[in-house]
Amino acid sequence: MIAVGERDGISGPAIAACAKAAGAEVVFVATECFV
Amino acid sequence: MPVPVVSASTQVLGHAPGLARHGSKPRRELPDNPGVEKRFLASLRAFDDAVAYPPHQAWLGTVHPRDLPERPWMSAGGTGASRFGPAGELMPEEELLGLLGILDGFELVTLSPEAADRAARALAEHPLAKRLDLDLLDRARGDAEAAAAAPGALPLHVGGDALAGAIRGAQDDDESLSAHVLLENLLGKATASLALLHLLEDNGVDPTSIEYVLSCGEEAIGDRYQRGGGNLAKAVAEVAGLTEASGADVKNFCAAPVPALVMASSLVAAGDDRHPAEDAGGSLAKLGMKFQGHLSHELPVLEDVLGGAAALVEADDGRSPIVRLDAVGRHKVAAGGSATQIMEALAIEPLARHGLAMTDVDDFATELHNPEITEPQGSGNVPDRNYKTMAALAARRGDIAREEIAAFVAERGMPGFAPTQGHLASSLCYLPHALDRLTTGDARKVLLLAKGSLFLGRMCQLSDGMSVLLERNEAEVRT
Repeated sequence: MIAVGERDGISGPAIAACAKAAGAEVVFVATECFV
Repeated sequence: MPVPVVSASTQVLGHAPGLARHGSKPRRELPDNPGVEKRFLASLRAFDDAVAYPPHQAWLGTVHPRDLPERPWMSAGGTGASRFGPAGELMPEEELLGLLGILDGFELVTLSPEAADRAARALAEHPLAKRLDLDLLDRARGDAEAAAAAPGALPLHVGGDALAGAIRGAQDDDESLSAHVLLENLLGKATASLALLHLLEDNGVDPTSIEYVLSCGEEAIGDRYQRGGGNLAKAVAEVAGLTEASGADVKNFCAAPVPALVMASSLVAAGDDRHPAEDAGGSLAKLGMKFQGHLSHELPVLEDVLGGAAALVEADDGRSPIVRLDAVGRHKVAAGGSATQIMEALAIEPLARHGLAMTDVDDFATELHNPEITEPQGSGNVPDRNYKTMAALAARRGDIAREEIAAFVAERGMPGFAPTQGHLASSLCYLPHALDRLTTGDARKVLLLAKGSLFLGRMCQLSDGMSVLLERNEAEVRT
């Protein structure tokens, strides 16, 4: 999976950690800022 | 130990529709899409519309953000609004280009004789005219078309598509000194200088009393051997006639203004510098950042203004709001990066340290980006998200009941009113209002809270943030 997070929401590494714990293969992680 | 206070704060905007095409997003999107470019240029705002835009009036201090009219604000601007407000001014682009020419010490900027004349006439009537060397504008006079056609040069426009001048690079093979980078840096210098000059003029501050300047803008001043080396603070100090000052730049993405305020206050507390000033110029890169959303919603290009801000910190004068250096919130490396973890570090911990509830703070100033700018592009309402997170944490702590969450957001938060000028939108834009509320108003405590997206620089996955509590200057509060 691709994990794209947001600073004012959930960061990319946090999404990736959850996804990995659920057995997903994370191929890309990024956090973006929309302002 | 001297107690630091913020004694003055100013805020400016520079209307720059003709320069909006040089923002990072338009610069990437427009050249290959002539149809989009045509719509972009046809959707730029006139100066009077920018002045009347209610969020800009909140920026200038004319109206408190909580007293803004209901949205949409695009159609709410009335006639009779002034470019000058209690906090500063919104400068028209002809004057802004003139300022650019005056502050350019390396003959990078060329202005057409007509543009230079217009700027000279307008700036001669400006309240800050006596603080500007208008004769320096003559250095910029030249053939705008020839200058714009030179290799590596960038055209400078006013309004939609009227050529008014050009800027050249300083060295052909140094990308840090390219025309585009130098335009960003010079505009940062111009807007920061404008704010600092207003700080002096509007508050009767002696320029020689300021001994240190901390600049917290986002521009990376330097050449290829030290991109981002700085020091814009001293360049701005020179413009403002601060002959006794030196300075340095504070970098921390959008969060930089709060650390800069804390550092300036620390200088006062250390007894070292009586009058440090903080200044921040605007960000050209962010002009037109969300223009696609605006065009798709039949809105004008709303990111057509550059911001600027300045503040003065000094030892306790018995009236100005106190900077509580013992109530600074820091987002530590181990704090975690979720929105709630960041907010716990910045909005709860510095209060809890002193046994304060979140309801002891009258106003929380956070990311105050104007939602009318961000929502059309799908970025949501940033301040509203922040305030709801704060309110939820307040409920979890037992500071408020769950059913009081909406009231907490409405009464202690506020609508976003800042253009997407990054660092300036990150709580610094509330400083003039905070000073009013903590002196002539009825607030006793205001928390400034700013966040920075360190991960954008690809050096770490972290974000950062800092908060600081401002407090009414009353003996009973201090003791």
